[in-house]
Amino acid sequence: MITTEQLDDIVELSKEDRDFPREVIRRSGVNIHMCWHCKTCSGGCPFSGDMDYFPNQIIRLVQLGMKDEALESSTIWICVGCHTCSIQCPQAIDIPAIMDVLRQMAMAEGVKVAQPHILNFHKEVVNSIRRHGRTHKLEIMMRYKLSKKDWFADMDVGLKMMQKRKLDLMPSKVRAISDIRKMFHAEQEGANEG
Amino acid sequence: MKDDFTELTYFPGCSLATTAKENDRSLYVFCKRHGIKLKELEDWNCCGSSSTHSIDHHLSDHLPARNLSLAPPDRPLMAACPNCYRQLKLSHLRLLQNPEAQEAYKQMWGREFDPDLKIMTFFELLSDMVDAGAFDTRKDGLKGLKVATYYGCMLARPPIMRNEKNFYGFMEKVLAAMNAQPVQWEQSAKCCGTFLTVTRPDIANKTVEGIIGSAEQVKAECIVTACAMCHMNLEIRSKLPGKTPIFHFSELLSLSMGIGGGMGWFRRHLIDPRPLLRSKKLIG
Repeated sequence: MITTEQLDDIVELSKEDRDFPREVIRRSGVNIHMCWHCKTCSGGCPFSGDMDYFPNQIIRLVQLGMKDEALESSTIWICVGCHTCSIQCPQAIDIPAIMDVLRQMAMAEGVKVAQPHILNFHKEVVNSIRRHGRTHKLEIMMRYKLSKKDWFADMDVGLKMMQKRKLDLMPSKVRAISDIRKMFHAEQEGANEG
Repeated sequence: MKDDFTELTYFPGCSLATTAKENDRSLYVFCKRHGIKLKELEDWNCCGSSSTHSIDHHLSDHLPARNLSLAPPDRPLMAACPNCYRQLKLSHLRLLQNPEAQEAYKQMWGREFDPDLKIMTFFELLSDMVDAGAFDTRKDGLKGLKVATYYGCMLARPPIMRNEKNFYGFMEKVLAAMNAQPVQWEQSAKCCGTFLTVTRPDIANKTVEGIIGSAEQVKAECIVTACAMCHMNLEIRSKLPGKTPIFHFSELLSLSMGIGGGMGWFRRHLIDPRPLLRSKKLIG
């Protein structure tokens, strides 16, 4: 017997977004229907304990067309793309490639980002590359902290790294910075084309 | 035909060029001592790291591609950092499979795509040296130092790279040949958390403490990492009282030849390894 509370949990496929799985497959080049939910990825993932959905559950959401749940999950931001899941998956599914696509879809669709600080951090890394062609760690940290308005956490670590001369004040730079501009320009055009 | 590794194009990557200079320097010294010439890739740029593939796949395609286009065709391109290697190799594999992308690459960089460019890790170079018996005479070497070899995610890779060389157990093999004692331990291939160290220190702390705690449990005197990012995370994210020193693999390789004391590498560590090295008579 099914209880009335359980009825709320039933997924009505007719109401879900059928284009969503197709779109994820097209953009990632990964056939998500290969997944048979053995959960090896979720068992092996070093960070699954800190995710709201296990990696295979994200794949399930995509298979079912449950777009909002997938794009608003914290999992897609907590995943660091270490590929521990990829080498363990008996179906050789590139799970981080799926996460990459979902993250970028979440950004494009403007849904609520579950881990906005992680997104801000990635943006600061990309901005640093835009400016110098290389990452400048001190600048990334300062700007990240500015966006988070959180100056005091990890101050001890930062100072120690400065003292050990591990955080250079000046960035290491690419000379042909026009090459870097060209990439960002091409990237913008690509983004406009979708 | 066997690859000629006497002269290599070297891709340091952002970490080795800045926060992990001691990794870069010890690698140079080690290679020089073995007659291997490293020529830094002219005007290289960031490989894209975790952030570009996370939020911008166009950039994640372009950034490593520019580096490939700068590499001279007559010698292999060697990356010191496992993640840079992954980005460069992935880019090359994707270009190989896609003639349209090769055409776009040519348009963008004004240079032909080189399908035969060899892209390799520092481990592949070492493996070649092991085969040639380069370390067999190291009787004294690392003086029985008990080392936990930490690979992090470098043994993992996307399915498209599954036919690439695998280096599971390789650091143990090399270090044992250099008279160190590699220990067996649990968390040698657990990811260090990379950027979570900044964005979610709560997760990074418990991950790193799990890793270091597992090395301490088997009485390792130190941990050795193959990646500068892992090195940093292991150094900054543990509040355990043990203060186990963390080495770059290249530092131990140089130490096995008696090079390291007085080079300034160990001074740059956040967990000072010098007391351990002195007690083992590995530095003066």
